[in-house]
Amino acid sequence: MRDPATIRLLPDSRRLHLSDGPIDLIINADAANFAEIHRANEAAAQRFVTILDELCAELPLLRTRVTQDSLTPCGPIARVMACAVAPYRNRCFITPMAAVAGAVAEAVLAAMTRAAQLNRAYVNNGGDIALYLAAGQRYTIGMVERPDHLSLFGSLEISASTPVRGVATSGWRGRSFSLGIADAVTVLAQTAAQADAAATIISNAVDLPHHPTISRIPARDIAPDSDLLDLPVTRAVGPLSPQEITQALDVGESVATDLCERGLIYTAALCLQGQLRILSGLHRRRLLRPCAAGDQPQHIFSPRSLQHG
Amino acid sequence: MTEVLPKDTIRCDACPVLCYIKLGQTGACDRYGNFNGQLVRVDPHLLLDRAKSQGTPLVPFLESEGQWDGSFLKTKETFVTAIGAGTTYPDYKPAPFIVSSEVEGVDMVTVVTEGIFSYCGVKLKIDTDRHLGPERNLVRAQGEPVGHVTTAEYGSQMLSLGGVHHLTGGTKSEGRATCETLLDLCNGKEVALTIDDGARISVAAGKPPVVNGQQEERMRVGCGSAAIGMFAKQWFGKVDEVVVVDDHITGVLSEHQAGKMLGVRETGIAIQGRRSTPGRYFQVAQPGTGWGGTNISDPLAILKPFKTKIAWPHLRLLMVSTTGEHFAYYELDESLHPIAKELPQQLQESVARIRENCEPALTTVLFMAGAGGSLRAGATENPVKLTDSVKRSLTRVTSGGAPAYVWPGGGITFMVDVSRMPEDAFGYVPTPALVAPIEFTLKKTDYAALGGHMDYVRPLDDVMREKQRQRQLTSLPENPWPLKPPTESPHNK
Repeated sequence: MRDPATIRLLPDSRRLHLSDGPIDLIINADAANFAEIHRANEAAAQRFVTILDELCAELPLLRTRVTQDSLTPCGPIARVMACAVAPYRNRCFITPMAAVAGAVAEAVLAAMTRAAQLNRAYVNNGGDIALYLAAGQRYTIGMVERPDHLSLFGSLEISASTPVRGVATSGWRGRSFSLGIADAVTVLAQTAAQADAAATIISNAVDLPHHPTISRIPARDIAPDSDLLDLPVTRAVGPLSPQEITQALDVGESVATDLCERGLIYTAALCLQGQLRILSGLHRRRLLRPCAAGDQPQHIFSPRSLQHG
Repeated sequence: MTEVLPKDTIRCDACPVLCYIKLGQTGACDRYGNFNGQLVRVDPHLLLDRAKSQGTPLVPFLESEGQWDGSFLKTKETFVTAIGAGTTYPDYKPAPFIVSSEVEGVDMVTVVTEGIFSYCGVKLKIDTDRHLGPERNLVRAQGEPVGHVTTAEYGSQMLSLGGVHHLTGGTKSEGRATCETLLDLCNGKEVALTIDDGARISVAAGKPPVVNGQQEERMRVGCGSAAIGMFAKQWFGKVDEVVVVDDHITGVLSEHQAGKMLGVRETGIAIQGRRSTPGRYFQVAQPGTGWGGTNISDPLAILKPFKTKIAWPHLRLLMVSTTGEHFAYYELDESLHPIAKELPQQLQESVARIRENCEPALTTVLFMAGAGGSLRAGATENPVKLTDSVKRSLTRVTSGGAPAYVWPGGGITFMVDVSRMPEDAFGYVPTPALVAPIEFTLKKTDYAALGGHMDYVRPLDDVMREKQRQRQLTSLPENPWPLKPPTESPHNK
């Protein structure tokens, strides 16, 4: 029997929680008055309830590797997904599913901003976040070192004057499979779908091929319908030496720098076994700062399993 | 289904993604998993921390994890609940968790499993005197029969919902409606029910019931006759006659023993209905949702004309329901007709007193189920020995850490107050059947003696290391700590 979508306010009476099958969103809108927030929440819920069916209608296509010859999907969200992964199709195996979380977050955010006059808003889809910022507004976002632990290693501030409206985190410990060994790669990009796809690509690149303490399993051995088919996905990573960590992060950083130069992302932070790498460039570095003791970020974004309190 | 699935793989139908899930894995949502070939909801595994003192609130562990210093392994006592633990069904294999810990110097073992119960249901106690429907009539949810009205209790109406016949013995939609109703009630959610030839009600565990759109506030303090007995002294001298309207026994002050004792003068009042003993009347009206659980909205409807030889003009009459929710005050005119007047100040107090003495009306939900052989086999190689150990109070039975009452006689048929269990402790499988947590706690030596799966016993610290899927809560202070070593006394107090 199909479970109905759930729409509820979290106990703080401020954030909205939308859940349907594997989609799980935490939403928050700030506006001049309650009526606007209510309008935005209503619009979010209304847009939300059909999304899973829209995506499932063309799920086989969305789970198929994208090439130059791929069909264009029909649904508006599916098209955003396909566009977000298109830049990578000639270089590696990628399916539109690599951007699904970000694309869904964007679609719901767009419905909210169309319906209401907001100061700022976010839609957090399991760590892939779409942001709206009216002029002069900003968000401070806490970053976690490992998606399965709620320990902040840094915070980042995103103001309306930057082009960043999407934040995504990927890593082998997260909900989705990863081909790499990064604990977490956080990417800032212009859109959430772009950030989502890029975080996947960069965290796949943080890797030490054939390393003996890294265990990998064909994706389909775990999930028979995985879009990654029989690609080996990371299941465990043993302790690495500082040199090995540096080596793996170097590869990830060079991929991230390339994406940055191609204008696909704004910046990225890479975490592996306690080492943190932030893309160079002072103007970017200013966005990301390590957590000082007593720092209280306004918003902590974390993977889905941690949000249900 | 005609589809042929690879061995050990099932297809989840909880959402349109329709994931294929391999044995021991979860689907894309991380919420449904394949446990031994059964689709099971796999919410996070719940551990309880012993509340340090009375009144410690139930706090989701994760909210404070940021500040956690890692010290509680040594300082706090933790009980592993079965919520989210997984099940032994359908094959006979050891329970998902068999946990050992030392408590007060005694080695204890807790066998933790989620039971899949086809034989289960809820007993609903609805604090209201309003007539909800004739005994034995069907209770429906979404139009489907899910249970029936059973024997009323003092101040409360009782419903018995669920059971194997509604879950699996009827149509598919009956089974589904029953499963949903039980699941929602057990998880504290509000459920709308209708009773054949009776009321529409909306109920949730621990909340006031809503009958035909009206929220019930208070339970009656006693029947009409009892109320006369309790309050006669407070009325004496302030009013000439009092009628306490009640569906069961309506009381009349001047005729009642309590009034006689005080020397209350005869008033010539005449009441509809069947007189039982002086001042006590049965069946003054039909049952309903009006005054005192009757169908009347105008209390004068139960009065016959006053006897002209006894009654007198300006006679003061108070009519009140057994909960004090309804009241009216009259004075007789020259022709001895009651005329409604405002309730005098001096009587307002006594009406308020009745109301005050009526406890808040609640709906309470007891989950009741029987632990079948395969569940018990998950605890021991010889299931009957577990039953025996429970009966002898050597093994404590809890459900999500809440104390369970175990019914005497054969088997392990238990009842538990769902309000004492952590939130969302229940799940379901599409069979349909309910998934409920059950934990058996006993001394390690006793566990070995009854043929327990000793090879599967794991120390608590070991279980707690699997933090990925775990949530920690503080135990409810009103619940006895489930790990306390048992004494040889009856376990149900």
